[in-house]
Amino acid sequence: MGFLVIFIQKVIGQGIGILYGALGEILTEKSGNLNLGIPGMMYMGGIAGLIGAFLYENNTAQPNGLVGVIISFLCAFLCAALGGLIYSILTITLRANQNVTGLALTTFGVGFGNFFGGSLSKLAGGVGQISVAVTGAAFKTPVPGLSKLGVIGQAFFSYGFLTYLAIILAILLSFFLNKTRKGLNLRAVGESPSTADAAGIHVTAYRYLATCIGGGLSGLGGLYFVMEYSGGTWTNNGFGDRGWLAIALVIFALWKPVNAIWGSLLFGGLYILYLYIPGLSRSTQEIFKALPYVVTIVVLIITSLRKEREHQPPASLGRAYFREER
Amino acid sequence: MSKGREPVFQMTKREAIEPWKAWLIRLIAVALSLIVCAGVIIALTGLNPVEVYKGIFDGAVGTKRRAWMTIRDTLVLLCIAVGITPAFKMRFWNIGAEGQILIGGVTSAAMMIYLGNTLPPVILFPLMLAGSALAAMVWAIIPAFFKAYWNTNETLFTLMMNYVAMQVVTFGIIFWENPKGSNSVGTINSATKGGWLPKLFGLEYGWNLVIVLALTVAMFIYLRYSKQGYEIAVVGESGNTARYAGINVKKVILRTMAISGAVCGIAGFIIVSGASHTISTSTAGGRGFTAIIVSWMSKFNTFAMILVSFFLVFMQKGAGQIASQFNLNENAADVITGIILFFILGCEFFIDYKVRIRSAKQAGSEE
Repeated sequence: MGFLVIFIQKVIGQGIGILYGALGEILTEKSGNLNLGIPGMMYMGGIAGLIGAFLYENNTAQPNGLVGVIISFLCAFLCAALGGLIYSILTITLRANQNVTGLALTTFGVGFGNFFGGSLSKLAGGVGQISVAVTGAAFKTPVPGLSKLGVIGQAFFSYGFLTYLAIILAILLSFFLNKTRKGLNLRAVGESPSTADAAGIHVTAYRYLATCIGGGLSGLGGLYFVMEYSGGTWTNNGFGDRGWLAIALVIFALWKPVNAIWGSLLFGGLYILYLYIPGLSRSTQEIFKALPYVVTIVVLIITSLRKEREHQPPASLGRAYFREER
Repeated sequence: MSKGREPVFQMTKREAIEPWKAWLIRLIAVALSLIVCAGVIIALTGLNPVEVYKGIFDGAVGTKRRAWMTIRDTLVLLCIAVGITPAFKMRFWNIGAEGQILIGGVTSAAMMIYLGNTLPPVILFPLMLAGSALAAMVWAIIPAFFKAYWNTNETLFTLMMNYVAMQVVTFGIIFWENPKGSNSVGTINSATKGGWLPKLFGLEYGWNLVIVLALTVAMFIYLRYSKQGYEIAVVGESGNTARYAGINVKKVILRTMAISGAVCGIAGFIIVSGASHTISTSTAGGRGFTAIIVSWMSKFNTFAMILVSFFLVFMQKGAGQIASQFNLNENAADVITGIILFFILGCEFFIDYKVRIRSAKQAGSEE
């Protein structure tokens, strides 16, 4: 039983960060923007949250965990949204190519995170190891009461609030996209911007907002990794390739936020599966780590083979919309 | 009914722009990006701007050794950019260069390990080059096949292939680990130099220079003057037009990706055999992505790519130097590269479009 609990905890620990990234990317892609800058924005969110909490804890005699949480949460969201804004300005207003811009944003964002992560202590005047113990602990506070319920509590209620927020956000996003007028408009923008435009929907505004908010959401994935997974410390490139895994998850979930919830758990499980298969040598373990990507490729192929309409990417994904060139 | 607001900026697509104007706009964008970068560096280090640029220049080409490192990395970036260009011209988003380089590189490394000390160089090097190209070609054809027959999204497919390749390389690293437990291969054949590309004309990177420049010229000719190059351009413009003109689109997609993958594989060979003499997960080091930007910004002109890749590597090396002088970490170079890329990407808009600010009077008179 204890073994299973630890497995569930590890799977959730791996999955939630990816889930945030995927939710942000689903929102972005629904507007027709294929933003490959997600990995960059996740790094930006992670480091901004850490810097925010660090500056607060360093300048306050008795830092309060809740204040630290709010500050780092806002910093992470805003900094990553800023990445989305850069992307929006370049691709929507200045009509630059989406793939190229997204990759440039990833270069920038990953560099940004690693640069400040690696240089923060030096820039702050040589304070040594960066750690935000109080805020980190606040992020890891489990659900009061319920987490004490034995095995069930251990497996399902022993996580910080970001874990539950991710699941709530996924359900909200699904509701927004499928049940609200604004969500319908957003999907229309992603499917056929010229039709949406003719119907009086402000295509540019929808794309800007979806991309910036989507960026902010994915930044929370970085924050989750830094605060809950690593307990408030930064390791360069510690975040690894999870940002690309988030983009893979979007495909795997067939652009549906609720699918992304269990998809993220499956990806998290596949990511650590090698630990649980007996008799693997260190080198064959590495082959197993490619599983999430292989599964995504298979899903990609199957969806393109079956061509079911409700399982396809947004029709105008990756294409810019110029009203003058209809 | 409410009257729609008149836009303040009026944009019209330019019919054509004189080349000097286009280059002037790009130059202004680069200058602006350098000013912003200098601002960032000054804010972080407190250097004065002149020192910053002296530092960048010094870091990139200040000594003979640094200059050669800059040239070496320029050649690698150029080779990758040349490799992905035919695919891009066909509007096939091959963002899997990273993986194709790794597969080429790991093939070279395997040959160095198993054959490097036994085969004579005359056979070994052509074999390594061909083997790397072939392995990467197969890697690239997989997504091309699904694109050609079932229109599977190639951007996402090639992207995923990168990480599968990454794990293949990691497998190789642990398999060949030297010394055991180090999680790295170390320098391969460091005593015998078996499988290391030798000097040419007394230049350490002579062969790299010759191979990459030959590929650059050949690709230019192929894309501009050959029938196949023309077919690539037609498929890129419109698949339907191509089909109507009797071009076998599936065949063109497969053939073009095969070429694209092969050249990226050769880049892997050059990195492993001609430069690093080892294999690691950072062998490609994001250059497969940077090369996409190089190719795009050069408008698929392989000679323009020489300039663009030199400029980017120059700035990276320079920024790296400043960062290490101040004990900041080397990722400063990525931040600088990112900022420059944003500006250059943005400036293309002003080359394609004319922007006019509408004055209130003008807007009124048009009604």
